[in-house]
Amino acid sequence: MSYMELKNVTYRYPLAEQDALKNINYHFEQGKLYGIIGENGGGKTTFCDLMKGLIPSFYGGDLTGEVFIKGKEIRDWESSELASSIGYIFQNPFTQISGIKETVFEEIALGLENLGVEREEIIERVTNVVKQLKIEHLIKNNPNKLSGGQRQRVAFASIIAMETDILVIDEPTSQLDPKGTSDIFEIIHLLKEQGKTILLVEHKIDLIAEYADEVLVIKQGELITSGKTSEVFSNVELLNEGVNIPQIALLSNDMKEHGKPFETFAITKSQAREQILKKGSEKICQ
Amino acid sequence: MSIEVQNVSFAYPNGYVANENLNFTIEKGERVAIVGQNGAGKTTAVKLLNGLHKPTQGEVLVDGTNTKERTVAQISKYVGYVFQNPDDQIFNNTVRAELEYSFKHSKLTAEEINTRVERAAELTGIQAYLNMKPFDIPYSIRKFVTIAVFVALDTPYLILDEPTAGQDINGINRLAKLMDILQDEGRSVITITHDMEFVADNFSRVIAMANKRIIADDSARNIFWNNEIVAESNISKPQIGELAEEIGSKNKILFRSELLEYLTQ
Ligand SMILES: Nc1ncnc2c1ncn2[C@@H]1O[C@H](COP(=O)(O)OP(=O)(O)OP(=O)(O)O)[C@@H](O)[C@H]1O
Ligand SMILES: Nc1ncnc2c1ncn2[C@@H]1O[C@H](COP(=O)(O)OP(=O)(O)O)[C@@H](O)[C@H]1O
Ligand SMILES: [Mg+2]
Ligand SMILES: [Mg+2]
Repeated sequence: MSYMELKNVTYRYPLAEQDALKNINYHFEQGKLYGIIGENGGGKTTFCDLMKGLIPSFYGGDLTGEVFIKGKEIRDWESSELASSIGYIFQNPFTQISGIKETVFEEIALGLENLGVEREEIIERVTNVVKQLKIEHLIKNNPNKLSGGQRQRVAFASIIAMETDILVIDEPTSQLDPKGTSDIFEIIHLLKEQGKTILLVEHKIDLIAEYADEVLVIKQGELITSGKTSEVFSNVELLNEGVNIPQIALLSNDMKEHGKPFETFAITKSQAREQILKKGSEKICQ
Repeated sequence: MSIEVQNVSFAYPNGYVANENLNFTIEKGERVAIVGQNGAGKTTAVKLLNGLHKPTQGEVLVDGTNTKERTVAQISKYVGYVFQNPDDQIFNNTVRAELEYSFKHSKLTAEEINTRVERAAELTGIQAYLNMKPFDIPYSIRKFVTIAVFVALDTPYLILDEPTAGQDINGINRLAKLMDILQDEGRSVITITHDMEFVADNFSRVIAMANKRIIADDSARNIFWNNEIVAESNISKPQIGELAEEIGSKNKILFRSELLEYLTQ
């Protein structure tokens, strides 16, 4: 039995003229990181809403097919039960902040209070996540007066503090500086190492290439390509589908076209470095 | 014709000092990227340029006029600021109304306004959304709605606060093309972004900020290949540049074509 599974899932929003998701089938295994990519409007967020159980309960509309989470069909889950199993980081950090709390500390504690976590444990968890996200200096600040990137860190912290088994994360680094972005990917990687199952929507393709175990490409509601990250990105034709390709994959392709291919097609910087240094030493030996 | 920022510091009403001693000039028709760590003070700084913030010290001059002597509404005819969060900017019921709103007190005829609106919608790729409610359309398109407002108004200076956030490759390409067109028309574009490839591809001048201050104002190549600046402002080289450095190239490579040449020479 797979950890999460979609069987022939098709979904249409109320009043919409087209299906937002079209006959999607996929198996998700526990403890893996899945990158979800594709052009805007393709259905990535809809896919996240579905996996979080917001479809159809919150949005209405027509859902056919089945979605199993830990073996149980999503329509059979209690919403409170889902809330404590799946953490959802929304696409827009400006809407994730509740707006009703006076300090960043209380904002992060809010979700834990709702889950009924004990006060002492709340304090401990909040203290840990603010450290992890390097926002200790902001805990007394008003969440509504933060910079965009600071808000996004707070939104991320509030959800990982909940320590759910499954995380659905929709574009978590859109407002972050490059250093902050790589910090977030490090944290996501760490969460995966702890056994969490993670669905991650992200446009920063270089990082998806480096961290994701599998990649799903969604276009106009269809799962047009999926599979092991290295295989998906070896196909540079994807560029024609509105999907960005890692610069390193394009470099690998350029090398091939120049008749000097890497021994294995590199999609990450460290793979390319290894190939180049190897080539360099071969040259010297000859 | 230029925006001049002279020894400017700014503190929020709660006393928090967010900018310290900023000095720079944006010439008419110039294109500049502003990069730097979250919370460095980038948004705060550009809000000083259109009068949303008034300096607590120093002066901001727009074409010679001190922003302290003008209202935001007056300055906005010259300096358009597109908010980081589109929802802070949008308040009309349809996209078209949002674009037309800024012409409320304008002397243009209805026909001229319509031509401007249509052209702005075309350049930003939002024609299909003109009659929709702004909050029914996706964030990435909503951002283009807020940009279209100032494209239509034809402000000589345009400030884009993180327009690349959440954009897919089509959106990024559309932004690049839009900036080219605006530059051809002689308009200045100041863009805050965390997308380093976008910076390398589209800007020759880059301002890097860290801890309330400007720490560098230089070419993209010099900024990306100065590791102290990169570290202090929490930015990174484009990945191709990082790879070039790791394999020992000293050529300040930023682009794939350059690395390819280096590897295949
Ligand atoms: N209304 C406010 N009152 C008090 N402090 C504020 C206010 N708005 C922003 N700040 C603080 O000022 C500093 C600079 O914020 P600013 O929004 O200019 O950063 P930024 O460089 O644009 O960051 P980002 O890349 O995250 O958008 C931050 O520390 C922020 O918390
Ligand atoms: N609440 C909604 N009601 C109706 N249609 C929606 C809603 N949310 C998204 N859509 C539509 O569903 C499609 C997929 O959107 P979305 O899932 O947001 O894509 P992505 O996250 O890939 O950008 C789009 O055509 C979008 O307009
Ligand atoms: Mg989305
Ligand atoms: Mg900002």
